[in-house]
Amino acid sequence: MKVLVCISHVPDTTSKINFTNNNTEFDKSGITFIINPYDEFGLTRAIWLQEKQGAHITVINVGTSETEPTLRKALAIGANDAIRIDAEPTDAWFVASQIAAQAKEGGYDLIIGGRESIDYNGSQVPGMVAAMLGVPFVNACVGLEVDGGKATVIREIDGGKEKSIISLPAVIAGQKGLVEESDLRIPNMRGIMQARTKPLKVVAPVESERKTKAVLFEKPASKASVKLVDPDNIEELVRLLHEEAKVI
Amino acid sequence: MSVLVYVETWEGKLKKASYEAASYGARLASRLGTDAYAIVLNASDDASVLGKYGIKKTFSVKGEHFQHFHNYKYVEAIAHVAEQIQAKALVLSGTFTGKMVAPLLAVKINAALITNVVSDPQEVTPLTVKRSAFSNKGFVYYESQSEVNILSILPNALGVSESTGQGEVEEIVHTPETNIEIQIVEIDKVKGKVPLPEAEIVVSAGRGLKSPDNWGMIEELAEALGASTACSKPVSDMHWRPHSEHVGQTGITINPQLYIAIGISGAIQHLAGVSGSKTIVVINSDPEAPFFKAADYGVVGDAFKVVPALTEAIRKFKAQ
Ligand SMILES: Cc1cc2nc3c(=O)[nH]c(=O)nc-3n(C[C@H](O)[C@H](O)[C@H](O)COP(=O)(O)OP(=O)(O)OC[C@H]3O[C@@H](n4cnc5c(N)ncnc54)[C@H](O)[C@@H]3O)c2cc1C
Ligand SMILES: Nc1ncnc2c1ncn2[C@@H]1O[C@H](COP(=O)(O)O)[C@@H](O)[C@H]1O
Repeated sequence: MKVLVCISHVPDTTSKINFTNNNTEFDKSGITFIINPYDEFGLTRAIWLQEKQGAHITVINVGTSETEPTLRKALAIGANDAIRIDAEPTDAWFVASQIAAQAKEGGYDLIIGGRESIDYNGSQVPGMVAAMLGVPFVNACVGLEVDGGKATVIREIDGGKEKSIISLPAVIAGQKGLVEESDLRIPNMRGIMQARTKPLKVVAPVESERKTKAVLFEKPASKASVKLVDPDNIEELVRLLHEEAKVI
Repeated sequence: MSVLVYVETWEGKLKKASYEAASYGARLASRLGTDAYAIVLNASDDASVLGKYGIKKTFSVKGEHFQHFHNYKYVEAIAHVAEQIQAKALVLSGTFTGKMVAPLLAVKINAALITNVVSDPQEVTPLTVKRSAFSNKGFVYYESQSEVNILSILPNALGVSESTGQGEVEEIVHTPETNIEIQIVEIDKVKGKVPLPEAEIVVSAGRGLKSPDNWGMIEELAEALGASTACSKPVSDMHWRPHSEHVGQTGITINPQLYIAIGISGAIQHLAGVSGSKTIVVINSDPEAPFFKAADYGVVGDAFKVVPALTEAIRKFKAQ
């Protein structure tokens, strides 16, 4: 079984977000980058497939050379090899086209991505990859079992869960539930050493359009300071919510 | 040229989030000097009500192929109607279903997809819209480079614009061609609850509640307000509450009218999922809790006293 895990390289969850160059760029200075948390759940689930079902795991990222430490970390966690498509990942269509092209070449049984990247929150790439390949797509996946040419998947739906059986190859976009937080692996020394010599192939991008362009960034308006209400006069809170905030 | 809105259903009924998408589509159509149409699949409701939100005509697709949600079949039907009416802009809501549909649809009709949209377009040519990013810590204006565009609206970000009027409804038949099979084996729905991303009021509690046995008062407050319930991540990690209630950076992102956070400290990862809320109320015994900095209203006090009192006050208010 060959598994391709898509890894998005994103700011750490504690990052303060700033913009630069007249608010036309995201300011990367002082930011620590990590494996997108949703992708880490998917990667860990893939490692289980490797350990229990002999899967071969390739991790892939569309990004410039600055994303290589993130790919090395995925290798240290246990992926067998890595591919980096050498291009700025500025548009979901472009990124999906790159991943789809590699996927066609590699003949993967399963492609695992994340529900969304925590930077741009697009929720686009895995679904586009699936459609470009013409294979089943399951978003917000919280359960996955692979058995021969089929997978049983559980996805989150509005207000519940849905379990279904799909045939492989397929693309899933995962989140917590695929594995639990306590299952995530911190790379050990041996893993880190091995990762240094595992293959990391750098590939030139295929020809593809970009369908969107980020032209301007903006920070949320800062909040006015909090209005405190006396706990012994809670009717006042109800009054404020009704008359001032007009939300009840 | 026209605008097409994909209207979702929930057990056959039109979803509230879809009225928001319909309103958006109608406003966009009027700026483009054209009409807004809608498509609904497997609806039991009368879709003419969409006229109130500015939809001229709704194409209602019925039949065995659409009884269960199947992303590729749904996408085919939407693409089919989009082609018939020469839609240049498609609008849908960024719900779980919307996210299953939108990227496939973009590829099918060769369109640019812009998700998480939080405002009407800045420009219509080239289409430029503001979207939320960085888990609520920023916004980005996206400019489309494509002739055909799909806009996915962040649920609750814009609300509905309602007037009078009745839309036409045309029933159509479509036979999907896809050979992708999805065999649904089980659907497990929490009955009668508004899905969290669509809830207008959310009552949420954290580790400050100390035990899963203390959630009764949270549910009572939620019931008094007609709210949905949510929780912080540690609470779902400890299985005090189901994972589907976990909000924040790694959970569900919500932006209700009112968010009430009880016994939650307000860590940056929690705020990432809730700071889009219009009004935030924080109830916490620690006056130094970081959440107060992000709150509109705060009560420094013991949740075990404040929450029942608040529920009582809400009930009194509602009874008036
Ligand atoms: C990668 C990553 C992702 C994360 N993602 C998320 C996420 O998506 N969502 C999320 O919520 N967290 C997330 N976290 C965790 C986050 O950092 C915090 O640890 C978490 O939000 C804290 O939960 P809490 O506020 O319920 O608990 P605590 O931080 O323990 O806060 C409890 C609060 O209750 C108050 N309290 C105690 N007793 C009472 C009382 N009697 N009455 C009133 N108040 C009382 C305390 O003063 C305190 O402020 C993430 C962390 C990481 C590292
Ligand atoms: N530049 C990228 N390289 C590899 N995978 C990506 C990239 N961007 C997004 N993905 C994958 O697509 C998922 C959803 O991302 P997005 O559509 O950007 O929200 C991520 O969780 C990744 O699995």
